[in-house]
Amino acid sequence: MLGKSARADWILLIVFSVLVLTAPITLTPIGAGYPDLLQKFAIYGIFAIGFNILFGLTGYLSFGHAAFLGVGSYSAVWMFKLFTMNAIPAVMFSLLMAGLFALLIGYVSLRRSGIYFSIITLAFAQMSYNLAYSVLSPITNGETGLQVRQLAPADRGPDYVLKLVDEDLRWVDQAFGVVEEGIPITNLFGLKMSGYPGFYFSAVLLILAFYIAMRITRSNFGMMLKAIKSNQNRLQYTGVNTRPYLLAAFVISGMYAGLAGSLLAVTDPLAGAERMQWTASGEVVLMTILGGAGTLVGPVLGGMIIKGLGSLFSSYNENILNQFFSFLPEPVREVAVGISALFVGEGWELTLGLMFMIIVIFVPGGILQGFTNIIRMFRRKKPNPAPAKSEA
Amino acid sequence: MAILEVSDINKRFGGLKALDKVELSVEEGTVHAIIGPNGAGKSTLLNCFVGRLAPDSGTVTFKGKSLLGLQPHEINQAGVSRVFQTPEIFEDLSVLDNVMIPAFAKADGAFKFNAWHRISRRAEVRDEASDLLEEVGLADQSKMICSALSRGDKRRLELAMCLIQHPKLLLLDEPTAGMSRADTNNTIDLLKKIGERGITKVIIEHDMHVVFSLATTISVLAQGTVIAEGKPEDIKGDPRVQEAYLGGVHQ
Ligand SMILES: Nc1ncnc2c1ncn2[C@@H]1O[C@H](COP(=O)(O)OP(=O)(O)O)[C@@H](O)[C@H]1O
Ligand SMILES: [Mg+2]
Repeated sequence: MLGKSARADWILLIVFSVLVLTAPITLTPIGAGYPDLLQKFAIYGIFAIGFNILFGLTGYLSFGHAAFLGVGSYSAVWMFKLFTMNAIPAVMFSLLMAGLFALLIGYVSLRRSGIYFSIITLAFAQMSYNLAYSVLSPITNGETGLQVRQLAPADRGPDYVLKLVDEDLRWVDQAFGVVEEGIPITNLFGLKMSGYPGFYFSAVLLILAFYIAMRITRSNFGMMLKAIKSNQNRLQYTGVNTRPYLLAAFVISGMYAGLAGSLLAVTDPLAGAERMQWTASGEVVLMTILGGAGTLVGPVLGGMIIKGLGSLFSSYNENILNQFFSFLPEPVREVAVGISALFVGEGWELTLGLMFMIIVIFVPGGILQGFTNIIRMFRRKKPNPAPAKSEA
Repeated sequence: MAILEVSDINKRFGGLKALDKVELSVEEGTVHAIIGPNGAGKSTLLNCFVGRLAPDSGTVTFKGKSLLGLQPHEINQAGVSRVFQTPEIFEDLSVLDNVMIPAFAKADGAFKFNAWHRISRRAEVRDEASDLLEEVGLADQSKMICSALSRGDKRRLELAMCLIQHPKLLLLDEPTAGMSRADTNNTIDLLKKIGERGITKVIIEHDMHVVFSLATTISVLAQGTVIAEGKPEDIKGDPRVQEAYLGGVHQ
């Protein structure tokens, strides 16, 4: 029995890895095979997997996870500015900072549960967002955002005033004699992190993140988290001090967000406060619920759908719609274009809202649950139904 | 020797005096029944033992140590497990997981991050959990999700969840309430079987048949005070008890 479920996990991991690594080929026919979008899929996949460790397993709904995304981005850009354009130290530092931040915020907000917990996390994230624009400007560069810049001149005199947000040092790169022309891009020991290499860097981390989430879900620790979601009261009368378990889940999930934030900075070395806005926190909630909270694959799927459809629908405009409806006679076409224009371009969020409502009402378990239901329906018709596998 | 010693417990809910100078002493290895009419304060008393409620005054001592001020998980770790009046189980998890969690809680309750030891002790715990499910008659349902269980089965499951922790003191709040006669008799047999393990039990019960089949000592609670205490034979004949409680039932 134990062997069987362990084998199912390995198969799931292998299938997942193959799908991720072949995405540049398999997603090309539907027009999603270009590196920029693929990288977004991978990064928001990581964000959603991490969010699900908290929300899907313990049931604690954080409305402030974008704060950790932002912390991850800022930390990564600072590493680029001060030390090296190599992605590895940036990722490490982001994980550390996001973890510390999550420890702090989690420690306070986990004193409450339910809606109060959600509100406290939301308040913390909004506070971070506002601080990034105001008091913390020396670190965040306020509205302009923190960017990788050109190096400060090497022959600085004693009375030269260094402005770190506007000029970079890159001590490590300089010590190794890296020559820079213009503003450099990130690298992995010399391999430029743009285009497909950039995607594969994120893809490997996505697979690793997926594997770790899987181990957590199947561990005793994961079982305790699920028990917290099911009946925290009972668990306390069963001898478990639930707070440290929750805090650990919160910190892990914050670190996932930090990793995603640092990868956003690896793709494009720029960090702005808008990354911490409540809409960004809300987006990861939508991804997780849309795909299937509590499942391993669901959040990744939700991230892909929201980011993929988002980039598709936002790119539509009236010209494209006119072409699309060109088979219709003039007056009807105008009405059709007029109505559908509401749902594309700027109106993409309207589509997202509708989609979310439909999923939550008709398939409350999320899209993955919908797939499972369909597969079960077909299996039932066969003479020898295999037992349906749950919790993919 | 007394394993649980309760002295001079008082508890008020607003104007209502739910517990009034309650004294109770539970001897090790006994089955101590607490009976009394509805609203007498029985559940309130149990809540004071496990840290769900804090009494206004008085002391609760378990094996020589005070339980007052401890968190529910600390009281459980000290060796006190409880079955609730309405079954408290992990409804969304499988029956087997429900029994395995308390076993891990006993070992790791103080928080151990063993995400990487997925299989550590799992096989062993799983075997013990399966044996217990067999014993309480839930072996066939072990893969079921708990929310699908009948109420009687949920009570049996909760009992198994407590037993896997090998508690020193087991508190049962009306373990047969809402059960059919046949189910009640099953539960009596089950509790008798558990009795062979020598776990001290405090049992709150309405059903006199259950009380007189199991209890070695009985305390009668009425309006928040203990009005009588003794062996089942003595309690049966006590006129005060007849008046306060038994009379009402037999009418
Ligand atoms: N949390 C509470 N708040 C207010 N009153 C309570 C609370 N719990 C119990 N009571 C009251 O205390 C009395 C004793 O209740 P309880 O201990 O549940 O009785 P029993 O279990 O013996 O039927 C009842 O009158 C009940 O209404
Ligand atoms: Mg009661």
